Amino acid sequence: MLKSRLFAALTAIILALPGFSAQAADVKLNTTADHGKFKELQREFTSGPDVTKACLGCHTEAASQIHRTKHWTWEVINPLNNQRLGKKNVINNYCISTATNLGACATCHVGYGWVNSSFDFKSQENVDCLVCHDTSGNYKKLPGGGQPPVKDTENPPGSGKIVKAIDLTAIAQKVGKTSRDTCGACHFFGGGGDGVKHGDMDTSLASPDKEVDVHMDATGLDFTCSTCHKAPAHDVVGSRYMPTGKDAGDAHIRGKVNKSNPATCQSCHGQTPHKSGAQPTKLNQHADKVACQTCHIPQFARGGVPTKMHWDWSTAGKLSPEGKPMLKKDAKGHIIYDSRKGDFVVAENVTPEYGWFNGEVTYTLLGDTVSKENGVTLINALGGSASDGRSLIWPMKVMRGSQPYDPVNKTLVKPHVAGNDDTAFWKNFNWEKAIGTGMQAVNAPFSGKVDFLKTEMYWPLTHMVAPKEKALGCVECHSRSGRLDKIQGIYIPGRDTNQWVDLIGWLAAGGTLAGVLLHGLVRIARRKN
Amino acid sequence: MERIYIFTRFERFWHWTQALLIITMLITGFEIHGSYKLLGFAQAGQLHTSAAWALITLWVFAIFWHFTTGEWRQYIPSFKNMDKVIRHYAWGIFQGEPHPFKVTRARKHNPMQAFAYLGVKLLINPLLWISGLAYLYYNELGTAGFPVSLNLIATLHTIGAFMMLCFLIAHVYLITTGHTVGAHLKAMVTGWEEGEETPGKTH
Repeated sequence: MLKSRLFAALTAIILALPGFSAQAADVKLNTTADHGKFKELQREFTSGPDVTKACLGCHTEAASQIHRTKHWTWEVINPLNNQRLGKKNVINNYCISTATNLGACATCHVGYGWVNSSFDFKSQENVDCLVCHDTSGNYKKLPGGGQPPVKDTENPPGSGKIVKAIDLTAIAQKVGKTSRDTCGACHFFGGGGDGVKHGDMDTSLASPDKEVDVHMDATGLDFTCSTCHKAPAHDVVGSRYMPTGKDAGDAHIRGKVNKSNPATCQSCHGQTPHKSGAQPTKLNQHADKVACQTCHIPQFARGGVPTKMHWDWSTAGKLSPEGKPMLKKDAKGHIIYDSRKGDFVVAENVTPEYGWFNGEVTYTLLGDTVSKENGVTLINALGGSASDGRSLIWPMKVMRGSQPYDPVNKTLVKPHVAGNDDTAFWKNFNWEKAIGTGMQAVNAPFSGKVDFLKTEMYWPLTHMVAPKEKALGCVECHSRSGRLDKIQGIYIPGRDTNQWVDLIGWLAAGGTLAGVLLHGLVRIARRKN
Repeated sequence: MERIYIFTRFERFWHWTQALLIITMLITGFEIHGSYKLLGFAQAGQLHTSAAWALITLWVFAIFWHFTTGEWRQYIPSFKNMDKVIRHYAWGIFQGEPHPFKVTRARKHNPMQAFAYLGVKLLINPLLWISGLAYLYYNELGTAGFPVSLNLIATLHTIGAFMMLCFLIAHVYLITTGHTVGAHLKAMVTGWEEGEETPGKTH
């Protein structure tokens, strides 16, 4: 007995010795390939496309797949209304539009060298594999062509600032799956800075704790973006241009063909996600009207990074007495005025606004008629109502602002803002010139007159899902002037009343009380007599 | 002085449990309605629902009791002596006159009372129950192919609640109108109704 135990213990100790386990420990269990062992990658690379060519040697179809995606074309047709969307076409109320500003914007293109219309969209070697598949964290691209710096480079040219060269060989040998870092390298910085655009996406999601996002919790579930945004053939699902307003389907089952959006909450959690707690059935039943996100994202910009809530372009261009561009910051050091861009309002821990949404998005595009007299122009009008059967109540970030338009032609405009030339707004502070150049580049008419109109852009929220303990309590919506105060078309107990029933009811109850009190008083008075 | 045992043990248990549940449901119900904040919407909703199920259970037993004992006959409406009862509450009571209605084991409630209770049982309760169950099973109704507007359900339920509130106020007051202020209350606690002292007169 004792002998056998001793033997077992000795065996365990021997097996635990390095010599016995070394081989097992070296095997990578998350992939079948160690790119560092590939001869094709054991050489010097002179440019980004040089690396891509090496990738394509084995991954023969990868570039062609990328060529079909929005990440490459920056263009997509919405089949619901045939609007031509994508970054190439839309106008927003942040930096307004890409067009002539590609030198700056296309740093986030998944390719090399898109600075103007001469870019070859059929080129395979211009696909940038590394920007998504780098796992070293060392990969970077320079603005103005989007090439990686293979030697120390002054950027911007003439600034004296040197961007250190990166080792493309080391990076290429460490390629792997996409991560929050690679997706975030662009998507966290939409709108020109950390957290600016989305409100529910910023660098706090690179390594979030559970409070910030239960799914991406770096020490917990540790989801990457692609855990939900699965990408068959490199075509990442879950686009903002054609979102799913109401997913009424069941959770996806392995092996069962299901073409519905795999990035919705329901695609994993199904239609009856509440299993425990006080009233799971009641909560599940809310899902017929309320998006999961409405209760489970109590606030956005919760990770310590503020998001931009308001951007007033009409105040841009004010210069210091010395004629220099100015920056003003708030107490926390966040920029609230920039001569190049105008006034900003930034905010953290923002309570969303709410609205019906059925997944239909209609953009106001170049050429659509807009006018200051018509009030606020909606950059992207969201479809939805209580009665269409396809809508849910969604939480949203509403980005408000004021941006230039052509008051004569009554159109939005695409100003030329970025660039080291005579008309770029950020260098010359002249709207007429900047818009003239921008509109000419896209062959759009411009009257030469500039005015500003108010715009709103809607961002249905879906990231920064809080732990369930932090989900909204009933009373947040079930009360007068609660979160859903402005939602129309449904009866919300605690918020809604029939005013006549209430008036007559309280009068009747009060009348009864007054009647019996009077009756009692008379009885008391008579008794004394 | 005459003593009659008019409220049996079950009847008293039913009455007081029902009283507690109805008051609970009025308090929580009007909070759910948004009239004030007391327990919080979630807690009010849960308590309201639990109390509803307790009351429904109680009522299943009470209905059984009414029919097996024949006590349901107590609520058969009658206009006999109604004028005298109305005159008493409007006039006689202030003069110190005795109540014209004499409680017996076979007829525990005066005609006005019997009418009021019948109204509660045939109008207010069914209205609250049906609208309340529809409120609870609103989603199931829709799924089963009977979509009803929640607005309608809630409005009917609120109307029922106001009617119940009015009844409760009047009822609580009227129990003080026995031959002493506490006589009716005492009867509902002990079960024994004590007859009025009427010297020189025999029943």
